[in-house]
Amino acid sequence: MNYQFDWDLVLHGEYAEWIVDGLIVTLKISAISIVLSMLLGTIIAVFRMTKVKPLVWFSAAFTEFFRNTPLLVQIFFWYFGSSTILPKFVNQWLAHHDFEFAAGTIALTVYTAAFIAEEIRSGIFSIPKTQLEASRAVGLSFTQAYVYVILPQAFRIIIPPLISQSLNLIKNSSLVMTIGVADLTYMARQIESYTFHGFEAFTVATVIYLCISLLVSLIITQYNKHFLRKIVY
Amino acid sequence: MHWEVVWRNLDYFLWGAYPDGPLGGLAVSILLAVLGIFGAFWLGLAAGLMRLSRRLWIKAPAVVYIEVIRGIPILMLIFWFYFLAPILFNETLPEFTSALTAFIIFTGAYVGEIVRAGVQALPRGQMEAARGQGLSHVQAMSYVILPQALRNMIPSFVNQFVSLTKDTSLAYIIGVNELTRTATQVNNRTLNAPTEIFITIAVMYFIVCYVLTSTSRRLEKHLSRYQARDR
Repeated sequence: MNYQFDWDLVLHGEYAEWIVDGLIVTLKISAISIVLSMLLGTIIAVFRMTKVKPLVWFSAAFTEFFRNTPLLVQIFFWYFGSSTILPKFVNQWLAHHDFEFAAGTIALTVYTAAFIAEEIRSGIFSIPKTQLEASRAVGLSFTQAYVYVILPQAFRIIIPPLISQSLNLIKNSSLVMTIGVADLTYMARQIESYTFHGFEAFTVATVIYLCISLLVSLIITQYNKHFLRKIVY
Repeated sequence: MHWEVVWRNLDYFLWGAYPDGPLGGLAVSILLAVLGIFGAFWLGLAAGLMRLSRRLWIKAPAVVYIEVIRGIPILMLIFWFYFLAPILFNETLPEFTSALTAFIIFTGAYVGEIVRAGVQALPRGQMEAARGQGLSHVQAMSYVILPQALRNMIPSFVNQFVSLTKDTSLAYIIGVNELTRTATQVNNRTLNAPTEIFITIAVMYFIVCYVLTSTSRRLEKHLSRYQARDR
């Protein structure tokens, strides 16, 4: 092994700034996509629970299709292939803004929303039917029963899987480097090609990802300890 | 729309330039996934059982391995093997081998968790009864616990196989000529039909993964009938 380690290279100076810039882009694209995918995922899950057949079919097709195709292919689709499908003014708007970032955000949002919809659905289904029946029997309307009885309980169950989906999204956001979004992985790759010190660059990037993951799993464990044990049927 | 571009390159998407050139396309994706899950099964079985051990020096390496790998994106792991092999061995590994190694190590960590959950899901009485019969711990594991636990794990393995099939698309980044790479090649060559090309390969992945997902759902229903439960 004839390789000279040079940790100073990535821990100080210009290349350290690259890493920080990359981390900021990763966090930014993750944050935006997490918020959007929660919204979209909730809408899809609500569609699935209505009695309207077309909405149910749409939501089923949406979740099955986006869960069963690779994220990378979806990213390429939105980046290379969306222009022929989207209306002209949307294309023009996107071309004048950060199109790579937008395509990456859309892909991450749609992909994660499909998973989130399934988590929400199974969370609501895990509440025993008797809860709904009991609340109807004490005189609540259907909407009231959902708002005051079912959803508050379902949320407690859904939150841990939603947090872990957000973590998956942060990890998946590394794929947007393939279309040129300058995130953490992209920057590590860039340092490798500028300096041939890939070992150091990838170590730093890996450690950052690992810290984010460990932090998130710590939050989930603490949450489970404090809130989930209160749920007893 | 230019669907004729897709039609002309369909054989290239499915098996690359095969009889005349190297295998590629969907065939390579599936090959990567199958070899990957095969390797990951043995690695994951070892990691999962090690994690269940009560001895710290056996348990600790498995915990570190599983938690570290599950904490980083698979893309990182692929780059690690691609850029580190030359440093460690002083020669470059072929792309296929280095991608496959990354997939095995990545999926192994997830399989390890499946194995652990599967063994822990069995009622404690199974182990106690087996030990009570005079079997050693290893015998009880291999003749009583694992045959039951592994059968219950089959649906989770199939789901993991689906994830791996989707993840094989990342081998594109280091230059393995699998389905996603053939698609970008054809896209770069033709330039006039990106939408059609990427929809086509998305559908190809979808067919493979959806068949597997529905199989796993059927198996789950079927197998849950025979599971040993606490009374």
